[in-house]
Amino acid sequence: MRLINLSVRIIVSGLFIILLLGAGSVYAKAKQVINIAYLTQEQKAPPPLSNLDPFIKNKGVSGAELGIDDDNTTGEFTGQQFKLKKFIVLLDGNVADTFNNELAKKFPFVVVNLPADQVNRLADLPTAKQMLLFDVATVDDALRNEQCRSNVLHILPSRAMRADALAQYMMKKRWTKWFMVTGATQEDRLFADAIRRAAKRFGMEIVADKTWEHTYDARRTAQSDVAVFTQVDDDYDVLVVADEQGLFGEYLDYRTWIPRPVIGTQGLIAAAWHRTHEQWGAVQIQNRFKEKAGRWMEEQDYAAYLAVRAIGEAATRTKSGDAQRVKDYLLSDDFALQGYKGNPLSFRSWDGQMRQPVLLAAPRSLVAVAPVEGFLHPKTELDTLGYDQPETQCKWDK
Amino acid sequence: MKKNTLSLFLSLVLAGTVQAETVFVTLEKDNALAVVDPVEGKLIKTVPVGRRPRGIAISPDNKFLYIATSDDNTIKIFDAETLKEVGKLPSGDDPETFAINPAGDRLYVSNEDDSMVTAIDIAKKKAIKQIKVGVEPEGITVSPDNRWLISATETTNMVHWIDTKTNAIVEYTLVDPRPRSVSFTVDSQQLWVTSEMAGTLMILDAKTKQIIKTVRFEVSGVTADKIQPVGVVIDKDRIRAYVALGPANRVAVINAQTFEVEKYLLVGQRVWNLAFSPDQKRLYTTNGVSNDISIIDLDNQTVTKSVGVGNYPWGVAVKP
Repeated sequence: MRLINLSVRIIVSGLFIILLLGAGSVYAKAKQVINIAYLTQEQKAPPPLSNLDPFIKNKGVSGAELGIDDDNTTGEFTGQQFKLKKFIVLLDGNVADTFNNELAKKFPFVVVNLPADQVNRLADLPTAKQMLLFDVATVDDALRNEQCRSNVLHILPSRAMRADALAQYMMKKRWTKWFMVTGATQEDRLFADAIRRAAKRFGMEIVADKTWEHTYDARRTAQSDVAVFTQVDDDYDVLVVADEQGLFGEYLDYRTWIPRPVIGTQGLIAAAWHRTHEQWGAVQIQNRFKEKAGRWMEEQDYAAYLAVRAIGEAATRTKSGDAQRVKDYLLSDDFALQGYKGNPLSFRSWDGQMRQPVLLAAPRSLVAVAPVEGFLHPKTELDTLGYDQPETQCKWDK
Repeated sequence: MKKNTLSLFLSLVLAGTVQAETVFVTLEKDNALAVVDPVEGKLIKTVPVGRRPRGIAISPDNKFLYIATSDDNTIKIFDAETLKEVGKLPSGDDPETFAINPAGDRLYVSNEDDSMVTAIDIAKKKAIKQIKVGVEPEGITVSPDNRWLISATETTNMVHWIDTKTNAIVEYTLVDPRPRSVSFTVDSQQLWVTSEMAGTLMILDAKTKQIIKTVRFEVSGVTADKIQPVGVVIDKDRIRAYVALGPANRVAVINAQTFEVEKYLLVGQRVWNLAFSPDQKRLYTTNGVSNDISIIDLDNQTVTKSVGVGNYPWGVAVKP
């Protein structure tokens, strides 16, 4: 009897040792489930400017789905299961109601694909305090500065990061005299502000600054108005356009009074992701995405992919699905995410902005990747883009 | 008649250099294989092999060359002497990296887009098993004792330990982001793994599967993000190891006992893959951007020569 007991004990402790020692044995593990919500609202299709680019209704969601597939491939080995549930609020629906009724207390992580004015409305809900929100749509600098929230992380590069990326490349080319053309919307003015900030930081000179007040009609605008509009007193190297919706910016190239390239929101653009990008394994994810979604990967898809992958990576490394532990890991120096852009991606601990290279792309060719070589920083060159720690207006308790 | 004269001439040339080894380099953008005499430091010829050739290996008996022609979706077999194509292996789509077992009868391919490793019976030219691994498998190797097949997955950041008897995954090790190359020490006791994103080299104990050391690289005048370790080789006596640092254009020389970095050797641009000469007195590197290979004299630890080979040199294999 005693002998039997002893042998049982040996077997049991033997098992225990195996469990402790293994770097990770593959089978026989209870699954830890990590729930992620994807929240968006239906959009009204804008009037088409041309037939070249079809309106894409589901930007973002396919990226999140690809991310969850990758998370679960890892999870198969580590004993974690990642579940993505999508919530698409109707055009006339109330996002906060959906958040309170269906997401709160059920999902520690929410991928938020909503306009800037909605993000903090959700973040400030009492039910959101214990949750971690991943903003995959906005580029607003205010949300990353004075209006920052400690439960929101921002994936896409802000307007300031994009403007700095353009400025670095212009400085390398020594195209330092800029003609600024700004559209009529509030977003256009914010982009123009970021451009002016970048110009000041990198010693550029804005020699002319005008607001576009003409029509958005290609037939009229393109040939006559642009030539007249771009006659300015001082010579300039590049025309910088701020037209986020794309209402007139495409008409500028080749129609300016003097021959000058166009950069900004059209022409040479600064982007988190672009279809011309193929380096650092990007071809692989471009192919995998296209196979899944039947179209090119857009910025919001890339951002949603990164958000879901960041959750996966942190959950794998911490072996936890707890929002606070995942957040602590994401904001720590240990976190490094492969984002197909050369440098590992991480988060800025002072404002929750994802630290990343910015692509500078022409419609059919990748021109450069910022930070451009030669722009140095004591910690990481990625922090030469956007608001660095000493400049931040964000005050939060981590 | 002319052809005969030429081959007679070639065999005479080859006979003249019979002592020296031949270095084979795949040229990704030329759809060709460069044949180099490393002692003379000369490109002998380039031979068309198929579309987008990348991974390359020689059979343990040195009779056959295996070349992954990615855009032909196959691994081609060439006679290592005549360089005539003698067969094809069912690699799956877009093959890039693969490994051969010590007996030379099994070949294992990473199927990057499908998150699979395919095991192939070389004699039968048949796929015998597909093994599901993490996302984007890349680095692959078989331990010299034939115990382990290793697959490193770039996006899952894992090293999978696959039992070669059952072709089943037994364990995994989480490693630094975007692991690229995997290489065993000759005694099969350690697995060396490079991480392209973290810029590190990790040494894993094959018994515990744990990381026992992480080596970091610092090259003065080169920013950290340019240090992207790829290829890694360890010499027979485990005295020194060499790591290709990608766009840092350096090969790191590492003391394989203490894991200290001893030296950085400046080679061509974007150095990726490495191979020893059979006597391990020389090391050959493929430099993807400068379109050449560097020859390193290991006794003196100096780069003695670079040989222009063609566009996008990718993989390298050496025949004694």
